[in-house]
Amino acid sequence: MRESSSPLAGLRRRVARIAASGGPSGARAGGWLASGHAGFDAALGGGLAAGRVHEMFAADPLDAASAAAFAALLALRGGGAAPLLWLRTADAARRGGCLHAPGIAELGGNPDRLLLIEAGDAKALLAAANDAARCPGSAAVVVESWGRLPALDLTAGRRLALGARDAGVTLLLLRLAAEPTPSVAETRWRIAAAPSRELEAQAPGAPAFDLELLRWRGGPAGARWRLEWNRDDQAFRDAALSGAVLPLASRRTLESRGAEAA
Amino acid sequence: MRLTSVDARAAALGLVPGMALADARAQVLGLLIVPHDPALDRDWLDRLAQGCARYTPLVALDPPDGLILDIAGAAHPFGSETALVADVEARLERTGMTVRSALGPTADAARALARYPAPPAPDEAAAIRRLPVAALELDAEATRALARAGLKTIGDLASRPMASLAARFGADAADALRRLLGDAPSPLDPRIAPPPVAAERRFAEPVTSAPHAMTILAELAGEVIAAMAERGKGGRQFRATFFRSDGLARAIAVETGAPTRDAELVMRLFAERIDALRDPIDPGFGFDMIRLSVPRLEALGASQLALEGGAVREATTDALADRLATRLGRGRVRRYRPVDTHIPEQAQLELPAVDAPPPQPWPAPAPGEPPLRPFWLFDPPQPIEVIAEVPDGPPQRFRWRRALHAVCRYEGPERIAAEWWRRRDNKGLTRDYYRVEDVQGRRYWLFRHGLYDEKPDPRWYIHGLFA
Repeated sequence: MRESSSPLAGLRRRVARIAASGGPSGARAGGWLASGHAGFDAALGGGLAAGRVHEMFAADPLDAASAAAFAALLALRGGGAAPLLWLRTADAARRGGCLHAPGIAELGGNPDRLLLIEAGDAKALLAAANDAARCPGSAAVVVESWGRLPALDLTAGRRLALGARDAGVTLLLLRLAAEPTPSVAETRWRIAAAPSRELEAQAPGAPAFDLELLRWRGGPAGARWRLEWNRDDQAFRDAALSGAVLPLASRRTLESRGAEAA
Repeated sequence: MRLTSVDARAAALGLVPGMALADARAQVLGLLIVPHDPALDRDWLDRLAQGCARYTPLVALDPPDGLILDIAGAAHPFGSETALVADVEARLERTGMTVRSALGPTADAARALARYPAPPAPDEAAAIRRLPVAALELDAEATRALARAGLKTIGDLASRPMASLAARFGADAADALRRLLGDAPSPLDPRIAPPPVAAERRFAEPVTSAPHAMTILAELAGEVIAAMAERGKGGRQFRATFFRSDGLARAIAVETGAPTRDAELVMRLFAERIDALRDPIDPGFGFDMIRLSVPRLEALGASQLALEGGAVREATTDALADRLATRLGRGRVRRYRPVDTHIPEQAQLELPAVDAPPPQPWPAPAPGEPPLRPFWLFDPPQPIEVIAEVPDGPPQRFRWRRALHAVCRYEGPERIAAEWWRRRDNKGLTRDYYRVEDVQGRRYWLFRHGLYDEKPDPRWYIHGLFA
């Protein structure tokens, strides 16, 4: 039996390609966006898969800055010169605030790598995201959107995912003030701010994040982490599990009562 | 209200500029009046100038109602200078203008000949000498003084010694006379500087279809790129001008962040720009000329092909930035550059990515410290209501966007004074910044605008959100 008939070989190649791209734990040359936290990376098989779409939901609109910073830190972590493309709509600055480059430098990222792209509305945002997803060479593409984003249906999501896979671009969809809906994303996260490790004189410490893995195409979901960003090591680490945190006022009254008792 | 200008028919009816509107209405029944709009006139003049760029790249505006064309070496497609002038007049009259034109050896002379009627003369030099002294455009008093002295024409003045003219009417008068006579240079200030590289195509039969016009533009792109390759240059800006047969023209420009000689890329940028136009290019009765010019050139070496075949795939994100900047707008794709200032909202510049300056180092954070500047910054800061234990103490609770936040950790104040050395009145309020964390673990940047001895009841603002 001859095996070298060209249609058959073509079909074999197609099957192999589909198996390689659609398989649950398909190994890719693209690598991962790793967090630097051993447990987190190991649980995900290396980190957030490159060349895929990842959705990050802020648990509450007030947690938007934490979710955005987590996405930026994952992309900018560990140096390199590849640019980070940040796409947002023109009204995002009013809702969340402007991206503050000195703040990114304070987190240990290099603001020179940041390329901000401001679209007029959600439709232009998705069109720009489609172009960015097809453009190799970026560290990651962050698409920041506020609200429900009905334009991002399953078809649009699939188009984004295919473009990102072909170009090997990691797409981080930052969904703020939105509820999770079915999508083709590789992973889906819910991110909230976590209380930081207290420094001396009750000062807030390094940024801490509560992460919940809502969905993962490659394995079980539901895992939770509380990570803290260590700028000097350029890595995430376990956040301190501090006990109940009392508001300043009640703590002061407790202290003063203690002083009276003494 | 007064008349600012009248057309030929109104002038024939005896109306003159400067006349009271009520008088004019009384004199002519059913007078048609249009309010004077200098900005719109200027805009129209600019559009006419753009249309005249078909004759020569050196077109200067002479507001409010003049155009000066430098046609040196530009008359050959028309056969003679007078044929060119006839073509200019015919084309401008088609837009509804009344045209008065004149040819002159210098810009000032041509301008004076067109603006001041002079008796016919055998040649240009004689025509200039027969111009009235008003053509010097001195002030009214000087013109009257010249007339009283019996000096009625430029020729009368030119026959006198220049020194006495300068002594009586100032050096400006002497200079104006020299420029008019061609003894001193009268430089032209062109509306658009002539581009270093350009290619154009004229059509005997106007092109009426936009896709066909784009095909021709692609051919022109090939020509300018070949011209740039010879010089070892690449284009940073490309400008396509579509000249319509009715005399108007439409210019479209695209920019790239790095010099390029990629015709395909340039055509893709033009397609993006044309798609994004609010009013599409209208061929009208057809384009009779299309020009592609490259106003900005930069050095660009020959590109090398990759060893394994195919062109080098480099700077793909730069190409993406160019494409998105063309589609969304130049200022919508930005990079960040540091500014040396203490004022937080001025510490960064957001610059268009197409011409951002080279990167500069950002201030390095101190090791071991948590981030002292927020990830997101509100500009302008948003007002909040704050409850503090003591007036100039840290905030204990604050209300922002209708929700109450209880502060459990804080650091501050970090006192940032206004930049009094930059202000003429040496004033400005000091801000006391606090980094605070609420019970949910969210971190905010708050400040009190003003110390208590600067202002009786200082307000609080939220300026940013930390990670």
